[in-house]
Amino acid sequence: MSMRVLVGVKRVIDYAVKVRVKPDKMGVVTDGVKHSMNPFDEIAVEEAIRLKEKKIVKEVVAVSCGPTQSQETIRTALAMGCDRGIHVEITGKEYENLQPFHVSKILAKIAKEEDVDMVILGKQAIDGDNNQTGQMTAAVLDWPQATFASEVKKNNGDLTVTREVDGGLETINVKLPAVITTDLRLNEPRYATLPNIMKAKKKPIAKKTVADYDVDISPRQEVLSVEDPPVREAGSKIIGNTV
Amino acid sequence: QSTLVIAEHDNEKLTPVTLNTVTAANKIGGDVSLLVTGTNCAKVVEEASKISGVSKILLADNEAFKGFLPEAITPLVLSTQKQFSFSHILAGATAFGKGLLPRVAAKLDVSPVSDIIEVKTADTFVRTIYAGNAIQTVKSNDTVKVVSVRGTAFEAADTTGGSASTEDAPAPSDENTLSSFVGQELSKSDRPELTSAKAVISGGRGMKNGENFKMLYDLADKMNAAVGASRAAVDAGFVPNDMQVGQTGKIVAPDLYVAVGISGAIQHLAGMKDSKVIVAINKDPEAPIFQVADYGLVADLFKAIPEMDAAVSS
Repeated sequence: MSMRVLVGVKRVIDYAVKVRVKPDKMGVVTDGVKHSMNPFDEIAVEEAIRLKEKKIVKEVVAVSCGPTQSQETIRTALAMGCDRGIHVEITGKEYENLQPFHVSKILAKIAKEEDVDMVILGKQAIDGDNNQTGQMTAAVLDWPQATFASEVKKNNGDLTVTREVDGGLETINVKLPAVITTDLRLNEPRYATLPNIMKAKKKPIAKKTVADYDVDISPRQEVLSVEDPPVREAGSKIIGNTV
Repeated sequence: QSTLVIAEHDNEKLTPVTLNTVTAANKIGGDVSLLVTGTNCAKVVEEASKISGVSKILLADNEAFKGFLPEAITPLVLSTQKQFSFSHILAGATAFGKGLLPRVAAKLDVSPVSDIIEVKTADTFVRTIYAGNAIQTVKSNDTVKVVSVRGTAFEAADTTGGSASTEDAPAPSDENTLSSFVGQELSKSDRPELTSAKAVISGGRGMKNGENFKMLYDLADKMNAAVGASRAAVDAGFVPNDMQVGQTGKIVAPDLYVAVGISGAIQHLAGMKDSKVIVAINKDPEAPIFQVADYGLVADLFKAIPEMDAAVSS
């Protein structure tokens, strides 16, 4: 069996950066701020590559929707071991208004076009914290969803997935094709080695636009304001070891 | 204006977040109906019918809902929505609600709003982004608002005084042939549930290993507290992920939060900084956790926790 997998990789502000709200209170400062691949998407890439190493999967395609710089995120995925990339370029105001609602429709189109058996996505992006894209992509495709996965096992025509739920773990079976979203414990993503980073430069990235997928990305929501959270005052500190 | 709240339960008891979600629904205004979907869940219906602020219970009790799979429940919500045309569909922002609502929203072709902490008006909601480092106010222009609710941000609705009528929900628009439930392994504990406990004691990387968490369990049992952990402690394999408090784990807001050996990474603070009183124990006086703590103790936790335990015992 040789399946094909689509992984989504989002470029987000690096998890270690302290984000700052813009003076106009309409968003956070992104210019000159370090960006990286969404940590949950790294887990998605790693899982896809492992399936390829086990010869369950023959090709892994990494897709990112976003500005020109999103190509760097795709390169990272290629350096980790993905075979090729698709960059759906969306910039400026359109990107600011882009929601999981829109991204899921684009991903569903690509999944069909590429005829993949599995879509693996991070359970949430650490910028919007929405936790929606995987579930919505599955709904658009009418595929089952295995969210918050901590273990994925392939059987004949289906997958057995262990999920991290509130009180512990849950096991479900989903038929293929399916959408999987990753939780922390699924794996530990590898670092790209220098030779692989060099090799990744030669791997193809197809450049696309929203028009190629005929998806309406007009906004359904308006952000009215973005503000700093209320500051919590530090209380008293006792130095010593008695209570 | 009318809201459908999707109840979360285990066929025996309602999950507390359902009560918080009912409060959020009442802030939106209009009639509130509760969809109870499960397998042999009569007890839940009895409990739910007494919730104050719920006018009607729609019941779907069927073997098909075993495991509460989103592929099975979504067609039920769709047929219910088709019949009643609610303006809002709400659920708690838990593993259940987070899994289900976006699937429902995509099928209704609307953009959902996740994990709200405040209802401004019927179409405007407040939520956190970047692990709670920014607060976003967002207006939904969709005709149906699909919204998940952060339980800790709303009071629980009264569990007495209500007298909701019960009727059968319409049949699901489709049968689930895509997924099936195999089983679950829930962590067994007599301690209160993490997200609804009045007191939470969490351990971090400073605990050094999983065995040392026993100190926290012992102390928690004396204080009727739940035990949580930082992502660092989870990543290090000390404790299971369902104990994780933070942006990528659970959001808690107890009356008392005790952070033990936790440095206070942004992602952890996101999960606990709305606690009423925060106590931090850490040997590093520069640890960021002290910036949000009401009471900070700079000390070796391996000395402080046994002393605290002795003090609580006496």
